[in-house]
Amino acid sequence: MSKPVKKYDDDPNTTGHSWDGIEEFDNPMPRWWLWTLYATIVWAIGYTILYPAWPMVNSATSGLLGWSTRADVAAEIAAVEEANAPMNAKLEAADLTAISGDADMGPYAVSAGSAVFKTWCAQCHGSGAAGAKGYPNLLDDDWLWGGSIEEIHTTVSHGIRNEESDDARYSEMPAFGRDELLEKDEIDQVVNFVMSLSGEPQDASAVAAGAVVFEDNCSSCHMEDGSGDRSQGAPNLADAIWLYGGDYATLTETVTNSRYGVMPPWNTRLTEAEIRAVSAYVHQLGGGE
Amino acid sequence: MSNYIKLIALGLVTLFAMIGTNYARDLAYQVHAIIVMLVAGGLFLYTLRHTGEAKPAGGSPQNEYFDSVVRAGVIATAFWGVVGFLAGTFIAFQLAFPGLNFEWAQGFANFGRLRPLHTSAVIFAFGGNALIATSFYVVQRTSAARLWGGNLAWFVFWGYQLFIVLAATGYLFGGTQSKEYAEPEWHVDLWLTIVWVAYLAVFLGTVIKRKEPHIYVANWFYLAFIVTVAMLHLVNNMTIPVSIWGSKSVIVWSGVQDAMVQWWYGHNAVGFFLTAGFLGMMYYFVPKQAERPVFSYKLSIIHFWALIFLYIWAGPHHLHYTALPDWASTLGMVFSIVLWMPSWGGMINGLMTLSGAWDKLRTDPVIRMMVISIGFYGMSTFEGPMMSIRAVNSLSHYTDWTIGHVHSGALGWNGMITFGALYFLVPVLWKRERLYSLSLVSWHFWLATIGIILYAASMWVTGIMEGLMWREVDANGFLVNSFADTVAAKKPMNIVRGLGGVMFLSGALIMCYNLWMTVRRAPAKEASLTVSVPAE
Repeated sequence: MSKPVKKYDDDPNTTGHSWDGIEEFDNPMPRWWLWTLYATIVWAIGYTILYPAWPMVNSATSGLLGWSTRADVAAEIAAVEEANAPMNAKLEAADLTAISGDADMGPYAVSAGSAVFKTWCAQCHGSGAAGAKGYPNLLDDDWLWGGSIEEIHTTVSHGIRNEESDDARYSEMPAFGRDELLEKDEIDQVVNFVMSLSGEPQDASAVAAGAVVFEDNCSSCHMEDGSGDRSQGAPNLADAIWLYGGDYATLTETVTNSRYGVMPPWNTRLTEAEIRAVSAYVHQLGGGE
Repeated sequence: MSNYIKLIALGLVTLFAMIGTNYARDLAYQVHAIIVMLVAGGLFLYTLRHTGEAKPAGGSPQNEYFDSVVRAGVIATAFWGVVGFLAGTFIAFQLAFPGLNFEWAQGFANFGRLRPLHTSAVIFAFGGNALIATSFYVVQRTSAARLWGGNLAWFVFWGYQLFIVLAATGYLFGGTQSKEYAEPEWHVDLWLTIVWVAYLAVFLGTVIKRKEPHIYVANWFYLAFIVTVAMLHLVNNMTIPVSIWGSKSVIVWSGVQDAMVQWWYGHNAVGFFLTAGFLGMMYYFVPKQAERPVFSYKLSIIHFWALIFLYIWAGPHHLHYTALPDWASTLGMVFSIVLWMPSWGGMINGLMTLSGAWDKLRTDPVIRMMVISIGFYGMSTFEGPMMSIRAVNSLSHYTDWTIGHVHSGALGWNGMITFGALYFLVPVLWKRERLYSLSLVSWHFWLATIGIILYAASMWVTGIMEGLMWREVDANGFLVNSFADTVAAKKPMNIVRGLGGVMFLSGALIMCYNLWMTVRRAPAKEASLTVSVPAE
């Protein structure tokens, strides 16, 4: 290192080098900086003695405190489960219809069910349960498979049209157009008829002919007045509530290719208490019967 | 003779790219094959037409600094900066208004495709070009030597631009290996490796042939950045291609080890790309602009080695409360905390260099820019260790707080120091007496500063709010909020964030105009001062 040079009157010496005119002062490191660095090092050593830290040959040091994230989370879950165990047991044993009226169980089931809903159901039915195209709105009183607590419980437990559960709700509407069960103009007529049940058809002159097509092909499931049949999940077509849409194009698509909405069974993933809770939650949203 | 070798190589590459275009198994690879085919084919024709011609007499004198490549780098930095900021501002508004994910642009310009485009554009295109350009400038000046390797520096520049174009088109057309900040697929990684080795050779070659007895501190940082990034890039991209005609590849690491390698890479991309490299920039441009000596040589040695040693271990703090074993998570956290003071060493050395020249803050907006950049550096290098503490991380992880932290570092520290360096470099490189307008620099300064503050503050608020909402449970231990509830609650802050981006982008556009006018209109320096010759 070259000789220190005193160049700036009020300043310390420089180191004597110059790179493109840049020089360096020979200042010491700030004391507070150095001591803080030492302090963090001392703290680090202490912390790694207390907590799992240093890798050895086959495992790592586990720390004097015996702390572990997995044990921590297991303890937290166990504490909540233990606190809720009596209530869950009561919920599982209770008659489904008795849940909402019970002063303890009712509010508990709603808050537990709300958490289950937000975790598992909101992805399709929306976090407010208002549904989306193809996913039913659970706030209204229009139910595909029934809105009593028992029916809701069955639907949640086994799901709809899935492969996993033998007890899944099942029905299948024929693809009237794709499978050539109806001619194109017949589909046009029946779509106009269905539109006329709850609103204005696109082509009023086709409604009368559509009524005949409906009578012959649709009324066995959707009933003669179009009010549907919950035992086979056939929607009510006369209430102006649509799962996929009630406009001409969407209805034509539905009649032509059919629909096949699927819901997974939840009894393989949720406990019976959770299923009962979420059923009670959905039941009290507004449309429960 | 060398032209014939070049012709053979370019011809083979063109041919291979043609075959690749034909056999490509996916769109991203096909687009890349076409780009490579056009570039190599064009170069082939160019070389062919110039083969056998006599070398023009004179050319660039070998005793002058190699500044043309630095000028190109300055232009590329400004250009990619605007592209990256624009992409970022747009995706910020996509988050606030999902309708901006247009139906017709699905699969190309939706958030998922544009987000890596934004991060790579700002980190690798804007930041990378800034680092390459300034390192080429600084290493020549502080070594008093012309860049080593002749036109190899041009290869580094254009090769890096090609890498950027390949990476960006890859993201848009769906080629990604889904590793954050390491999204480019194997064939693009290979190309970057070649370019990076050339970069290392040019830089190291220049340092080795220096005429100064000592290596200046800025060059330590630049060299650490180049070497470490090479190592990170190689280890994190250890993949086996499914086919040489497709962009898909399979990583050799699996499970949590892959996650650990990825965040060892990811955190050191921050540590070495965005910290060490930019500290190199800071160590040259701050003392130059302030015309003061660096505060403490001792501090620079100690904080350099401490920073280099500690940063490399800090990665596991990205994986707290995951499948990563607790011991690794503890070490990541502990090293991050010890890293606090070594990081601040750079801040102290930068800020204290101004002692005795504080008055310049009033008169020189460029210095102001550099000082605020160091301020943001200090703030984010305190925030980072704090967020690495497990208890803090359990609240902050996966929230917008992380995004705010990254941006106060990237916009505040990396952005502002780069702007300062560009304002310093343009008059020097284009031989102008001064910048076109200092008041435009002030406008840039305030727009950018307020923009960053809006961004960081809104993300702190949403981040903490989000973290609290996610963990909120009722008296029975049941979740209170759904994920969508937190998204809805963030909307106003997402808009504020977007506005911050608009301000930052406007500042950068003003800078581009100012630099352009400096080149066009500012008075030229007198001829006697214009030749840049290494000092003997």
